[in-house]
Amino acid sequence: MNSESRITGDESRPATRWLWFYKLASPPHAYRLLGLWRPWLLWPAVVLMLIGVYGGLMLAPPDYQQKDAFRIMYVHVPSASLSLMVYVMMAVAAAIGVIWRIKLAHAVAAACAPIGAWFTVLALVTGSIWGKPMWGTWWEWDPRLTSELILLFLYLGYMALRASFDDVQRADRASAILAMVGVVNVPIVKYSVVWWNSLHQGPSISLLKKSAIDGSMVWPLLLLLLAFVLYFGAVLCTRVRAEILRRERNTAWLSQIDAKS
Amino acid sequence: MSLGEFLHMGGYAPYIWSCYGLTMAVLIGMEWASRRDLKAAQLQARRRTQTAGNP
Repeated sequence: MNSESRITGDESRPATRWLWFYKLASPPHAYRLLGLWRPWLLWPAVVLMLIGVYGGLMLAPPDYQQKDAFRIMYVHVPSASLSLMVYVMMAVAAAIGVIWRIKLAHAVAAACAPIGAWFTVLALVTGSIWGKPMWGTWWEWDPRLTSELILLFLYLGYMALRASFDDVQRADRASAILAMVGVVNVPIVKYSVVWWNSLHQGPSISLLKKSAIDGSMVWPLLLLLLAFVLYFGAVLCTRVRAEILRRERNTAWLSQIDAKS
Repeated sequence: MSLGEFLHMGGYAPYIWSCYGLTMAVLIGMEWASRRDLKAAQLQARRRTQTAGNP
């Protein structure tokens, strides 16, 4: 079971049309490319965040029911969305890593976990702070809240499992199973407010239907959502680069890395 | 709207500002931690390549 064999092309047939992919996914290439992409993700994210926060705090009118408290939505909803998106990405990357034995995919999965865990913490804490004035309680064992808490435990379990192995490849394989099994929790979080009678409100924006909130309130939210996605991309670039270095045993290119880059 | 009114947030100031402050802190913290992580990995990699030369 040598995962190197495909990448180095020992086998007669990883079809030549996939060569570009193996080249792209090779550690030196990926390391360099991720470093190049990063600023193009980070700075647009910062600019969009500033505009989005300005729109959310200054331009959007107070909600007719929640008054100014609804402004918590602008940080709560993007955090919660990212907590789910990052998990899906982690599970898909882990699956690709297991099925096609691509080390870079495992590196991406490992890099996703701490970021996703922090977004989950943000979603839980900002939700709790929002819940106090609106529902009169910091916490309720409600389907949405409980499943989001389980999401946090999945992230933490994934990281703890990885940390329990000395060997990176064994850590990759074992943690990938957990990531893939845990993905069943994602639709439960997402549709909990639809399937069960939840204290948490239902979705206000949707890709398919007309938004339930006014345009003046929704554009800062969409902007912040995009900003969070770009920000995630930027942090992911840095973390994947670190993961690549930790896995690499080919010292020829490692010795050429500039500490400043 | 005066600055005082803006900061007051219709009485929800503690809730709103704590949420925004916390989010900002976590976002800045994650960026900082990821850079530190990369630096550590680079240092580790360099040490590995140096020791690989002289067994």
